[in-house]
Amino acid sequence: MKALVAVKRVIDYNVKVRVKADNSGVDLSNTKMSINPFCEIAVEEAVRLKEAGVVDEVIVASIGPKEAQEQIRAALALGADRGILVQTDEKAYPLQVAKILKGIAEQEGTDVILLGKQAIDDDNNQTGQMLAALMGIGQGTFASEVKVEGDKVNVTREIDGGLQTVALPLPAVITTDLRLNEPRYAKLPNIMKAKKKPLDEKTPADFGVEMVSKQEIVKVTPPAERSAGVKVGSVDELIDKLKNEAKVL
Amino acid sequence: MAILVYAEHDNAELKKATLSTVTAATQMGDDVHVLVAGSGCKPVAEQAAKVAGVSKVICVDSPAYEYQLAENVSLLVKDLAGDYSHIVAPATTNGKNFMPRVAALLDVSMITDVMQVIDANTFERPIYAGNALATVKTSEDKVLVTVRTTAFDAAAAEGGSASIEELDNAQDAGKSSFVGEELAKSDRPELTSAEIVVSGGRALANGENFTKYIEPLADKLGAAIGASRAAVDAGYVPNDMQVGQTGKIVAPSLYIAAGISGAIQHLAGMKDSKVIVAINNDPEAPIATVADYFLEADLFDALPELTSKL
Repeated sequence: MKALVAVKRVIDYNVKVRVKADNSGVDLSNTKMSINPFCEIAVEEAVRLKEAGVVDEVIVASIGPKEAQEQIRAALALGADRGILVQTDEKAYPLQVAKILKGIAEQEGTDVILLGKQAIDDDNNQTGQMLAALMGIGQGTFASEVKVEGDKVNVTREIDGGLQTVALPLPAVITTDLRLNEPRYAKLPNIMKAKKKPLDEKTPADFGVEMVSKQEIVKVTPPAERSAGVKVGSVDELIDKLKNEAKVL
Repeated sequence: MAILVYAEHDNAELKKATLSTVTAATQMGDDVHVLVAGSGCKPVAEQAAKVAGVSKVICVDSPAYEYQLAENVSLLVKDLAGDYSHIVAPATTNGKNFMPRVAALLDVSMITDVMQVIDANTFERPIYAGNALATVKTSEDKVLVTVRTTAFDAAAAEGGSASIEELDNAQDAGKSSFVGEELAKSDRPELTSAEIVVSGGRALANGENFTKYIEPLADKLGAAIGASRAAVDAGYVPNDMQVGQTGKIVAPSLYIAAGISGAIQHLAGMKDSKVIVAINNDPEAPIATVADYFLEADLFDALPELTSKL
């Protein structure tokens, strides 16, 4: 059984983002980039499935600029077997990414397709669901537990109000939530070995996909600043302020 | 063309998230229809028909929709899409689960978590965990959006008189089946729609302290209880109480953060609250930058005092 994991190169989650002065976007020059944290959890889960003997091969795919190679190499260092970079300098919208991933999944004949539930840059939370729809297969989104049993997979999902478990026939798409696992750190020897693992380069055109969207970001602005608050010295003062100044009690 | 709103419900009750979604939909166009898909969901359709601003309710009652499985629901919504210019759902886990699937079936892009409707094709939404706001314009024939329910006032639950059309359209894609669920029981208001939220963080140190210090205050205020990711990961409380980018987004009139440092991931989930109170013994904690009132104190002293004096 083969697993496909999609990883996205995004701004590191510890970096405080700055909106560009001309409101054209967020300033990404000279900022630290990493694997999207949810994608890292997806890689970890695929590697664990391999270690459990469920999966034979883990393929990592990324769609993005040439530099996204770094994120694929990082995933290879965590235990994935080979990488595919679909290189494009255009902004990658979820529908187009889903179409490319469908091309890869069909070409490779993968049974388990793992993605993060959302990327922390665009916060869309769409790609996995779109991919499942395009392939006409089941989806287990926001997964906190994944159990492959024969030709089906049981996915426990984090929903509003609790947990829900669904059973999906394979192939299926699974998107990871934070609590699915704790990703391991790459060890130095594995980082060295990852440099020798195969990494194919493709373009969106190889999959017949054009990177154009009918959606367009007109402008990006910083959120309204909250006005500075005040320090209160005691519980009595706090209650008084809430009652008489803020009038929320 | 009309606008279709997907109703959030539990087969017995229409959720408040639907009311906020109706408000957002009325800002996109005039003729708002509500789709109630479920099993034994007629009471929900009757509630939806009374919502102000709704002109028609479509009720599809079938066991295939009992658990809102995305594979089945998306086929139903796709079937209905022909009559609508806009399809709108709340950005709940359910809405986020099936809507992108509908979009892909229709071969259109979609827009997640809309906070403001600028015009029928232009929307504002948060990106980078709410650290930036993007104005997004779409030129798709069908506009598909999920809306952040805390950003829109709830439509009046009474006063409307929509017609109810029962539709027979049972779609079972056969790609998924429901195995079971574990829902957290709570008598308190729902976190995402509560007027007041009291949240605890890692400083509570254990689950018993949530019961001992946070719950009495929440009960006194009629508030919902939230938690930071640190408190959830440490196992103090179940994860459906998590407020943050990866948990629930709340915007109550009063948010009390006790023993929460205020990591970016947490702030993304609560910084649109009207008034924020932080109780923390560290005056340098990042929560101080967003708090309207900051009480530098040990929460184990301050919370009981606050509870007794209210």
